Formats: sequence, structure tokens, C-alpha cells
Amino acid sequence: MSVFENIFSQVQVRPLEPEWGAGEDEGERIKVSAFSHWLGILGNAQLGPIYLGYYGLLSVIFGFFAIEIIGLNMLASVNWSPIEFLRQLPWLALEPPKPEYGLKLFPPLREGGWWLMAGGFLTASILLWWMRMYKRARDLKLGTHTAWAFASAIWLYLVLGFIRPILMGHWSEAVPFGIFPHLDWTAAFSLRYGNLYYDPFHMLSIAFLYGSALLFAMHGATILSVGRFGGEREVEQIVYRGTAAERAALFWRWTMGFNATMESIHRWGWWFAVLTPLTGGIGILLTGTVVDNWYLWAVQHHVAPAYPHMFPPVVDPAISGGAQ
Amino acid sequence: MKNIVVGFAAVIALLLTVAMLFTAGWVHPPILSSQTGFRGLGMDQLQTPAQAKLIKIANKLPDPIDPAPPGTDKAKDLYQNVQVLGDLTVDQFNRVMLGMAAWVAPADQSCNYCHGDNMVSDDKYTKRVARRMLLMVRDINKNWTAHVAQTGVVCYTCHRGAPVPKYTWFRGTPAGAGGYATSNQGMGHPTRLNGSTSLQADPFTDTLLGTYPIRVYSEKALPVGYGPSIQATERTYSLMISLAKSLGVNCDFCHNTRNFAQWDGAPTQRVTAWQGIQMVRHLNVDYLEPLKAELPTMRLGPLGDSPKVYCETCHQGVNKPLQGVSIAKDWPELGGVASH
Repeated sequence: MSVFENIFSQVQVRPLEPEWGAGEDEGERIKVSAFSHWLGILGNAQLGPIYLGYYGLLSVIFGFFAIEIIGLNMLASVNWSPIEFLRQLPWLALEPPKPEYGLKLFPPLREGGWWLMAGGFLTASILLWWMRMYKRARDLKLGTHTAWAFASAIWLYLVLGFIRPILMGHWSEAVPFGIFPHLDWTAAFSLRYGNLYYDPFHMLSIAFLYGSALLFAMHGATILSVGRFGGEREVEQIVYRGTAAERAALFWRWTMGFNATMESIHRWGWWFAVLTPLTGGIGILLTGTVVDNWYLWAVQHHVAPAYPHMFPPVVDPAISGGAQ
Repeated sequence: MKNIVVGFAAVIALLLTVAMLFTAGWVHPPILSSQTGFRGLGMDQLQTPAQAKLIKIANKLPDPIDPAPPGTDKAKDLYQNVQVLGDLTVDQFNRVMLGMAAWVAPADQSCNYCHGDNMVSDDKYTKRVARRMLLMVRDINKNWTAHVAQTGVVCYTCHRGAPVPKYTWFRGTPAGAGGYATSNQGMGHPTRLNGSTSLQADPFTDTLLGTYPIRVYSEKALPVGYGPSIQATERTYSLMISLAKSLGVNCDFCHNTRNFAQWDGAPTQRVTAWQGIQMVRHLNVDYLEPLKAELPTMRLGPLGDSPKVYCETCHQGVNKPLQGVSIAKDWPELGGVASH
């Protein structure tokens, strides 16, 4: 019985005919389906059918525009060299408008115009995908938890690239497109605004992020560990309390005196995940708009601890005067 | 159980392999750390024995040149067209010539690198440049002790036997397609200067040639109007990365990194570094940028500017050039401490 003591699933369910699923709007589904052994290792072996719909279609089209604008600008920045494009890809950027353009809607294309366009298309694409997600859930008579969890991530995205830049009066405050560029932006953002570690909402966001990882690990481990009793069939186990669910609950109650239920563990996970970008977004929104230097703010509010000085006193040489 | 262990090991091995394929600069243990600040704050400097060995090789000292015997005959009285070193004795003057031949001129050219058959002539650009460089060395040793302290500099500090020091910089960023395509304000390309980040590929033109403000933090907790932009911050960040790499140190060699801005509580090296930035600006503006008029095209950058200095030009990976050994103390001719 070591079936679930593995990093991938060894049991593949393969019906003779693909499952088409229930639903009233079957006509809108693209009825192409196949089975894949490799997909079966990671999840369900059945690929498709997919429901694209108008929202999905528009989302993909707008997303394509955004990626195209970003990608072609990156390719242009290495003078259309495909080799350099591949070599430098992680570094390549599409930067937001220069600071002097403020919130101008049509800055020159080469100085941020493309960024605004790409951002507009990407935002449209993301919002349409959200609507698609919401509608799919509703049509399947599900709750809309997934859509609202996604909305939390969209909130952070909008704060970074839209809401905060508008409050600051400068598109230049927004995040560039690019792999390393957006990471370097993050570091520069923290440097500019006096160390984001002292931003309490950043602290909260980190707590929820790490908490999410911990909860996910605990939950995943618990369910896999009761897999030998059929514990992975969570939905049934919520209704019919059986050996697997009881044992999982007992395990945690013995370990730490308290256990989540088969249902509430998912509320824990959902809230921790949702609160990560939600609090993070608040932390970003406050930065530069109402707090300019988080370290000094933390000193004023007795958040930053004081440590003994280990170096001789140092005075800003710009005040005392340079050598010449 | 066996499956778990094997699977786990396979995943770790795969992730490490992927990480190593796509990243550079890996070092192997032991990694030696020396604590500089209060315990538990991560104020440490890191080094590996392998790096220390390389640094030692790269900072080999040149053979010493015997000091000039005492004398009274001035070089300007014996030789013609001596514009800078006229105050030296003849022996001192010739000692400087020997030094430059050993430290700067290509081995196969020696004196001929700057001098033709007629020693008086200024025909060779190398001689005209050398004259400016001598003025620069004396200026540094006399007026910039706030940075070079009592250690001082000689030609070898930067040149290390090469006509052009190994680490210099030119203006300009990697060229894109131009036109309507994004300019990215000079960002988005890894270079040696920006420490292979996607920050400004050339952080120096504005800061070490121009006087673009380097300070980007705010001195008040709450905002007072719109301060320096993120892009200005990225420029400073890029500059500081190049500075740290030039000196082979971490950020916390100069900064208390929980608050980069704060002087009080920061290591004293930060003041030395600040003076260094002022010095480099002065050298680039007053000595090196004007050299473009003298230098042949092959010595110029893609935008037609002369090679300029930054921290690495002298430091070459060590926080004290040549690991703190003062050659200048044996060279009163170059206006160092010994001449005082």
C-alpha cells in the first residue's frame, strides 16, 4: 500500500470514452479530448474539453496583444537579434514612461507609450479572464470563491501598475515588464521608500505568504498520509465521516491539541492565500502616498529596535564638506 | 519509503542542475565570514579561500625601483620641454621615466611607447597623455588624501603594466533598434558595470561624469511632494552595485543596510567611499574626458569618448587597492606622502 508514498500519482483513471461532464451550455464547449500518460502523472489523464466562450476568447486575444507588444519591444531592444533575445531574455524590459511625463496618456511610444498600451491590454485580458472564471463557476452552480481569490491577486496587480501610480501622479512609479526588471524594481522600490520590511502591511503579507505555504504543506501531507484509507476523496469524507478523516483529525489533535475540519482547512487555506496579496497591496498603496520612509516611520512608532553602535560616529560628509 | 527518498533526491538534483545552468558566479564552501557590526544583524563580509587566492595573484606587486640618489641638478635645467616634472632632480626625473616604462608601456616598446628619436618632441599622443596623467597622480596624492589617505597612488595602482587600465568605462548603452521601439531609459541589459542586473547599463555618465544626485531616499517619514523617481533610484542602485563589486565587498561594508540612508551608525568606510565618488567625478571631468582630444580613435569608445575611471579602475576587486600596500610612499617624485 505504498501507492501514495510517491511524488506523483500512480493511479490513472481512464474511462473508455472521455467524460464530457454535465451542463446546460454544452454547445459552447470545444469538444476535443485526449488522454495523456504524462498528464496523468500530474493530475487527470484527460485533456479537454475546454470552454473558451466570448470572455475567454477576448481575454486570449487581448493577452496576445500585450505579450506581443512586450515581446517585440524586447526584441527591438536587442536590435532584432534572435540570439541576443534568447541570451538576454531574463534581463530584457519594457519600462514605464519617464518621470517627466507624469500621468500623460500618450507619451512618446519609445518613452513609455508601449508600456501603457501593453498594460492596458494586459489589464483588459486579466479582467476578462476574471469574468470568465466567475461565469464558469456560476454556470456550474459553484460558489465564486476562485474568482474572488483571483480578484485578490488582481487587486495587488492594479495597485502596483494603476492605482498607486495614479495617486502618485506618475506612471513612472509603476512596475516594468520583464523578469529581472520587475525584480530589480522591487528592490529599488524598497530602497527608495526606506526599507519595506518596516511596512506593517508588508509584514502581514509575508506572514500570510509563509502561513499559506505552511498550511498547504500541512494539508497536503495530511491528505496524502490518509490516502491509504481513501482520504483523498475529501468531498465524500466531509459528508460521511469515515476512518481517513477521523484519523487525520485525530493526528492533529494529538499533535497540537487542535484540528481543522475537512471543510475548515480549506477556509484557512483560502483566507491565508487571499490575504497575502490583499495586505501586500495595502502596504504598496501606502508607500510613497502616505509614508515616504518606512524605516523612519518605524522609528517614530517604536517599531524599529535600536542596537548598540559598533562604529565610530560618522557624519554626513556632504554637511562637513568634501576634500575640495 | 525508498520511493520518497529517491524521488526527493531526484527533484533536488534536478532543481539544482536547472539553477546552475541558468545562473553564474557559483562558489564552493568554505565561505568565510567576518562580522563587522552588532551580532545578529548580518553585518558580515564574505570571502572564499579561492577568491582570496585569485585576489592575491591579481595584486602582485611590481619589482621595486631603486630610489634616486640625492642631487641638486634640476631636470628642467638639463632637459628641454619638461613641463610637469621640472622640479625633480635629474635622477628623480629618470626614475619616474623608468617607473612609467615598467608600469604603463607595453613590454616590447618601453621608452619608445612615448618617445621618438627626438626626446624633446611632443609628437606622440602617448607622451601628451602621460603628462596629463602625471598631473593627475600628483593631484590625487596632494589633494585627495580624504580618499587615498597616506597610501597614495602611483601609475601602477591602475595600469598594472598595461597602457590602458584594465577596468575603464565608456558612455553609452547597448544599442537597440531605435525608432518607435522602447528606449527603456538605458535599462534592461546585463553589463559588467551594472553587475549583470537589468538596471541602467551605464550608471556612470550621470553620476561619475555628471553630477546627477545619487541620494534618493527621503529624510522624513511622511511625504513632502514628489521625491526622486524609481528610475533615479535604479540608477543609484546600479552605481552602488558596481561600487561594491569593484571593491569586492557587500553593501554592508559601507551601509547599515536596514537604513541605507543613515550616516549615524554606518561603517566609517562610507565616508571614504563618498570622498572617492567626489574624487572620481573630479578625475573624469578634469583629466579623462578632455583626453578624447588627444587619443586616437582606437582608444575611444563607441560614442567617441575617452576611457574613464570608476572605483574598479584602481580597486580591482579589493577594498584597498593592491591590498593596501603603499607604493607611493617610496615615490616622493609623484607627490605622495613621501614628498611632504
